[in-house]
Amino acid sequence: MQPLSLIAWAVAALFGAGVVGLFGNRLPVVQRVVYVASIAALLVVAAAALAFLLSPPADSSPTLALPIGLPVSPDGLQLEMHFRLDALSAYFLLILGIVGPAVGLFAIGYDRHEREPARVLAFYPIFLAGMVLVLVADDAFAFLVAWESMSLASWFLVLAGHRAEETRRAAYVYLVMASMGTAALLLAFGLLAGVAGDYRFAAIRAGHLSDLAAALVVLLTLVGAGSKAGLVPLHAWLPLAHPAAPSHVSALMSGAMTKVALYAIIRILFDLVGPTGWWVGVILVALGAVSGVMGVLYGLFQRDLKTMLAYSTVENIGIVAIGLGLALMFRGDGLASLAALAMIAALLHALNHALLKSLLFCGAGAVLNATGLRDIERLGALIHRMPVTGFCFLIGAAGLSALPPLNGFVSEWLTFQAILTGIHLPQWELKFGIVVIAALLALTAALAAALFVRAFGIVFLGRPRSAAATAATEGSSTMRAALLVLAAACVVLGVLPLLAVGLIEPVSRQLLGQGLPGAGVASLLWFVPLPGSYTSYSGLVILVAVTGLAVIVMLLVHGFASNRLRRAPAWDCGFPDPRPQTQYSADSLAQPLRRVFGTSLFQASERVEMPPPGDRRPARIEVRVRDLVWRALYAPVADGIAWFTERLNILQFLTIRRYLSMMFAALALLLTVVAFTQ
Amino acid sequence: MIAAAYQLLHLLLMLAAAPALTGLVRKAKALLLGRRGPPVLQPYRDLWRLLRKEAIVAESASVLFRVAPYLTFTAVWVAISLVPAFSTDLLLGPTADLIALAALLGGARFFMALAGLDVGTSFGGIGSSRELMFASLAEPAMLMVIFTVSLLVGTTALAHIAETLLATSVGLRVSLGLGLVAMVMVAIAENARVPVDNPATHLELTMVHEAMILEYSGRHLALMEGAAMLKLLLYLSLIACIFAPWGLAVPGADAHALGIGILAWLAKMIVGGLLLALFETSIAKMRVFRVSEFLGAALLLGLLAVIFLYVSKGL
Amino acid sequence: MQMGTLAFDVAHLLGASVLVLSFGLLFQRRIFGVLQTFALQATLLAAAAAWQAFVQDAPHLYITALIALLFKAIAIPVALHRIVLRLQIHRTVETVFGMGLTMIIGVALVALAILLVLPITYQSVAITRENLALALSVVLLGLLIMITRRNAVTQVVGFMSLENGLILAAVGVKGMPFVVEMSVAFSVMVAFIIFGVFFFHIRERFDTLDLHYLETFRGERE
Repeated sequence: MQPLSLIAWAVAALFGAGVVGLFGNRLPVVQRVVYVASIAALLVVAAAALAFLLSPPADSSPTLALPIGLPVSPDGLQLEMHFRLDALSAYFLLILGIVGPAVGLFAIGYDRHEREPARVLAFYPIFLAGMVLVLVADDAFAFLVAWESMSLASWFLVLAGHRAEETRRAAYVYLVMASMGTAALLLAFGLLAGVAGDYRFAAIRAGHLSDLAAALVVLLTLVGAGSKAGLVPLHAWLPLAHPAAPSHVSALMSGAMTKVALYAIIRILFDLVGPTGWWVGVILVALGAVSGVMGVLYGLFQRDLKTMLAYSTVENIGIVAIGLGLALMFRGDGLASLAALAMIAALLHALNHALLKSLLFCGAGAVLNATGLRDIERLGALIHRMPVTGFCFLIGAAGLSALPPLNGFVSEWLTFQAILTGIHLPQWELKFGIVVIAALLALTAALAAALFVRAFGIVFLGRPRSAAATAATEGSSTMRAALLVLAAACVVLGVLPLLAVGLIEPVSRQLLGQGLPGAGVASLLWFVPLPGSYTSYSGLVILVAVTGLAVIVMLLVHGFASNRLRRAPAWDCGFPDPRPQTQYSADSLAQPLRRVFGTSLFQASERVEMPPPGDRRPARIEVRVRDLVWRALYAPVADGIAWFTERLNILQFLTIRRYLSMMFAALALLLTVVAFTQ
Repeated sequence: MIAAAYQLLHLLLMLAAAPALTGLVRKAKALLLGRRGPPVLQPYRDLWRLLRKEAIVAESASVLFRVAPYLTFTAVWVAISLVPAFSTDLLLGPTADLIALAALLGGARFFMALAGLDVGTSFGGIGSSRELMFASLAEPAMLMVIFTVSLLVGTTALAHIAETLLATSVGLRVSLGLGLVAMVMVAIAENARVPVDNPATHLELTMVHEAMILEYSGRHLALMEGAAMLKLLLYLSLIACIFAPWGLAVPGADAHALGIGILAWLAKMIVGGLLLALFETSIAKMRVFRVSEFLGAALLLGLLAVIFLYVSKGL
Repeated sequence: MQMGTLAFDVAHLLGASVLVLSFGLLFQRRIFGVLQTFALQATLLAAAAAWQAFVQDAPHLYITALIALLFKAIAIPVALHRIVLRLQIHRTVETVFGMGLTMIIGVALVALAILLVLPITYQSVAITRENLALALSVVLLGLLIMITRRNAVTQVVGFMSLENGLILAAVGVKGMPFVVEMSVAFSVMVAFIIFGVFFFHIRERFDTLDLHYLETFRGERE
């Protein structure tokens, strides 16, 4: 059977599951049916995509045209939805197909505690179906319909927790930003389709855009899809909406939906717009670098576990954007092999981040389930109560901190190598820019490690800071199984990255005309990205070396020196205090970083109120961190729109005579225009 | 086969030499301060004594607390086994990537910071928070130096870098000079030496590294201290390998060249240790938030080094 | 550029040290630290001038080196040191921006200088090009020091380090005339500036420039 037909059937199954989910409030078995159906459908999609990537057809990819369109058809143009599977779609389908089933497995155990399950069960399959359809859409109409259904379905999912005020606010911001994004994409596709109006991708590829139109399309795409992906400064909805949704939905939103947005960026900038100058890459790289640094800095000052993870998503999308921008720069200057390296680095990081972030969000969901808390200042010592969750969360945290031999390191290493090759760019400004980008990427990586030490250390280590943390229990078996599957995938991809690179190569061959000749052919162990250079890396060797030596050291020490162990109260320099408030809190852990980075970028300030000796009042410390992007961009725009609409409100209360005068004036104006343009 | 033998010799030599280097630095510092100081071989006795003691673990500590010393120690040990000391013909050579090296050290630091948070005391938190702040500036500075060297040679593979810098005469390059200064500053910060941190103190105001390992005892403490000694040796070895590679034996060299390589390396380590002792005794420890400026200066020197590379390479 | 040629390399090394010390001037927070760093910078400038005199076989540059050493490395720092002590000028330097932002602007200025110089003198011998880049960076950083410091003494030091950059450029170009004359002229100008600062501060503090009044205040006469 054709892969595309399989995918079509899978989507149909998902829609069916969505309908079934409407009855979720009544029958508990519906929950299992919906999630199992989603898992099965996504596995089918993944298998189809994998089959396609392993043996891509030499001639043009298969297409499918469905007669679902608008009832009006001007100029006899058949308005139907076209779908097509090519390497780029297949790769992103594969990402979705790996992350989705694992998250679905997690959801079977997690979702049992949902108060109004129908709200989630009805829209979850639609959300997945929307994402799949966006990835295989071959014309602007299908793309935008699928994009909107993806956005709306996820919006409904965010509203599943509608009883909380902050969830409602988050959903509102999300709706506004998503609508703005779709509007921008609509304009972009309009410009791409051009005056002829043929909105099929094949026709857009064949067409030719003027430079101005191409520039506008680029900017509109970056606004529309970039805001969905989470590029600063249009990221503000992400840290509000992703945490507000149920945890498995957050995992999908951060892990899969942001990748779909990246797919949109790649599809338009690399495929549909045609050859662009290198300045497009510069914009994308700059946005990526800023997102990376700002994302991780925002995350460091948060108290909510899921908000920290959401900001980490912003950071990692920034890293992917850096890779994509570099690929555009190299392509604009004709350096195809280097562009391939940069693109492969970006796509590999997209896959790795999807896996790692889903793992972390599922872990956060398990914590939320067990304790009812997202505030890390009230958690602690969960590793004793939830060892499996803790271990898997540690793998995720270590992965996103770019520690070898996990997968996060491989893609960041590859991105650094791509940046290093930037020296071959002929423009001087770009050569200097590469240096700055390298410094910012290094800063991002170092700060990400700090973020995850804080997240894991405060939540899972130390002593419990509240009764809920003391009474936590491990999650159900399906939740643990899902976490272990994701963690295992991360380790496997870290040790054998060429498994993934081999699947990414067809994408780069399709978009840039060139793959990575050095990788994947010689051996599975050594990753040599640039043929002819000596740069190489082997995750397996490092894993074997570290674990092997650790075991040897442990055996030697236990055998020849001592293996006795005794438990005792903590030393604490001789003044141990049993109260858990005396340990470091999340705010205190971030304090040095807040002083160094926060004072300029966030206007971070601390105010300490110390009562005089003898006064029995407690001392107070107030930490203030401001979101300058919100103040500089969103607040003025919102205020401006409010002001404008206030003024415009006068139109509601005019007298009849005034309304008639307005109509008369409009008529006179139009007649004048007609008269003068005769 | 030769490569495997050299790698094993390298591993054992590093392990054997690290405590001696620390002992040398302590003795030199003591002599410079007018004291007699402990014997140079004292760290060996300390480590052996600690290894044989019973490990006392806090009641609130988790599995991570007990596993972290092993992970930290082996991460640093594997990292140091990637740095060519007396020969570039090592079995792990093809995976000896500078960025992977920095990441391995980052991994060691990650687990040490987590171990500091594990017991749930305020000292561990102090150490971890300060260490994270230092690392957030020291890692980018080190990566900038790595960039300078990689752009000069064309790769991040350490073995090839050492061979290239040994073979061609690069002369007194400004970039390498700036890179050396930046690398030394980073090394001082990462190894918790004065002026960033005092390795001989247990006062709350001045601890960073010591605070993170405060709760450790017995064999765990021995491993953590061993890791710190190996880290010092690693940084000195790395600086010698990149900025002073004379004497390194290349692949295909005979036993004579190997002997010269070992002697040259020992000489470089001794000189480096003495210079470190001299530097530590001539400067006072900085306030914690001045360290961020210190490391920021290292980062900017690294940036300057890359920028100057463009000028001199004539690109 | 010919790598490994000792003459060029030493010249570049000395020039780069002067630049790094300009950054050091930006980094310092204590006035005495600023003066010591400046003295070191002037010494290195003297060494650079002497090396150029040796390499280019131009003995008049030795005089420039001597002027730089005596006047800028010894006399002026000592004089300023005494002024700071006598007038009890505030010992820490207040900056307009934070340390991090100032350093970032400094690096951006260096990059700008390199971007400017490289295309212009591409035809010339490399030594002129690198030296010009270094010297222009030192000049720009001297200006930055003057702008971002609120203290009169550091502004004078900034101006002098700007001059150091000009002298560095002058000695680097082979066969530049009037280098010695330029050094003397600059030194006289700086001396007058310092006198001006001195008098300004005296007037600020004592509301008069009358030496008679100053001497009574010092307690030497009743």
